[in-house]
Amino acid sequence: MPLAAPSTAPLHVGEPSKIATRQAYGEALLELGNTQDDVVVLDADLSGSTKTKAFGKAHPDRFFNLGVAEANMIGTAAGLACMGKVVFASSFAMFATGKAWEQIRQSVCVPDLNVKVCATHAGLTVGEDGKSHQMLEDITLMRVLPNMKVIVPADAVEAAQAIRVAYETPGPVYVRLSRASTPVVMGEDYKFELGKGAILRQGTDVCIAACGVEVAEALIAADLLAAEGIQAQVLNLASIDPLDEALVAQAAETCGAILTAEEHQTRGGLGDAVGQAVLRHKPVPVDMAGMDGQFGQSGTAEQLIAHYGLDGASLAKRAKALISRKA
Amino acid sequence: MVLNRERADAIRATAHQVREDVVRMVHAAKCGHPGGPLGMADFMATLFIEHMQLTPENLHTPERDRFVLGNGHTCAGYYALLAAQGIIPREELMNFRKMGSPLQGHPHRNATLGIDFSTGSLGNSLSGASGMALGARLNGWDTRVYSASSDGESQEGQIWEAATSAAHYGLSNLTVIVDFNNIQIDGEMRQVMNVRDLREKYEAFGWHAVDVDGHDVVAVDAALCAAKDETERPSAIIAHTHLGKGVSFMEDQPGWHGVAPNDEELEQALAELEALQP
Repeated sequence: MPLAAPSTAPLHVGEPSKIATRQAYGEALLELGNTQDDVVVLDADLSGSTKTKAFGKAHPDRFFNLGVAEANMIGTAAGLACMGKVVFASSFAMFATGKAWEQIRQSVCVPDLNVKVCATHAGLTVGEDGKSHQMLEDITLMRVLPNMKVIVPADAVEAAQAIRVAYETPGPVYVRLSRASTPVVMGEDYKFELGKGAILRQGTDVCIAACGVEVAEALIAADLLAAEGIQAQVLNLASIDPLDEALVAQAAETCGAILTAEEHQTRGGLGDAVGQAVLRHKPVPVDMAGMDGQFGQSGTAEQLIAHYGLDGASLAKRAKALISRKA
Repeated sequence: MVLNRERADAIRATAHQVREDVVRMVHAAKCGHPGGPLGMADFMATLFIEHMQLTPENLHTPERDRFVLGNGHTCAGYYALLAAQGIIPREELMNFRKMGSPLQGHPHRNATLGIDFSTGSLGNSLSGASGMALGARLNGWDTRVYSASSDGESQEGQIWEAATSAAHYGLSNLTVIVDFNNIQIDGEMRQVMNVRDLREKYEAFGWHAVDVDGHDVVAVDAALCAAKDETERPSAIIAHTHLGKGVSFMEDQPGWHGVAPNDEELEQALAELEALQP
């Protein structure tokens, strides 16, 4: 028997505006800095791109550019955190989590320090810069670390809230942000909570669980499926660690099949996280849309999302195939 | 001011105690790293007793000085010094490296025991110490941040990233003491990977840097005092030492980087140290 469904999260009404989550990050950080004296921001020569520059201009005494040296940036962040600061450290996701993974593990996560790694230009939607810059393994690298919390905001509304939550949550937090302008899908009265997923659309035939830019694509897929009489539930699982396992279990119970969607490797990513939760609580067929053990290539964000089967139409097709596997 | 005889003798006595503790601790653990802490004992005792003056009373004072042990594997000596300062209970020393003890095989940050930063992975220390120095300055504190490093750790690129940024931000409240003993796990540092003249390197990076005999507590003290006079540059003290100092069969032997003495070796080591007692 299906469990009682929680209420659906407020959705953005009308034609969605497009804002990059990194833009929302820069604005939220500036706002946070205006009221919280303990916020210190570090960047590694990318402050114009990561949008930390606005904070740097408003609070030059609490902003430090470490140059092109990400490992030292993370270590410096750890030292500042030891002195009572709440440190936001930014670079591109590739360098922040790739180059400095060992420093994040040893100097931040092992001693459980108050460092927030807010990385932009994650995923395929970096676009033309190509595979060297399309970080597709950062969720995996961060969620495997004890003490690290991992947030992948769906849009600008959620990104701004995630920054506030990251500040208020003790210990290490990773926030994954995008370069590309993407649709605003969450309503203004939506409230992000760590460890809580949101139901964006009710449905019982199949569940599409997404994070980041894929949440908007999942909603498109649900529209396409609805036109064919298939009711897809759509989940926004921005809080990947801790994951809302109760919500995932409930979705498995209600829908009987779950398709995950992320612009990231499915190995170790959202697909893996949801897959583990489903196996633990309510085994049902699961399929995972994402990068399946390959690197990306140059192209526009839109082209890449379509090419790798991560657009709404591809997700809808995949969801239908998954429905046929239901018991 | 030159360290007076009485103070110098007190430092030497503590260094001696640390050396005895180190060989006992590593022997009891049946594993660990005796060579490094024996070599570092003199400059570490000078730093802790004459300069940092960490005590149970000031342990939780936010403005107190901080310490980061870059070559974390040498922590037996660090723990012994914290015990000498009355912060780590002496009886805990013999639980070093044992299951359930806070005295981990490499230092783990612990506010109660005065361990300020987690280390063990070489290369991470100077970044953390720089962040602390920056944080102290932001807070308007007089705190000095000390870091111990080594010639081996200087092979890590991150050390030079941190050396660059510490000089860039003028962290004059930061001092690193580099244990330069020409020994690393695989043999002589100059054979394995020669880091060359570290004083010249630190100077080239914009630091105040000096060479000292790391076993001469008066010279080490003078170098630490000079570092305090710097107003715009961080300071590096290249402390030339002998690995295993005080135990003849360990001295300058790469094999004693990370091996525990057996019962017989412990007896001999303690007898030799006893004979050297100041």
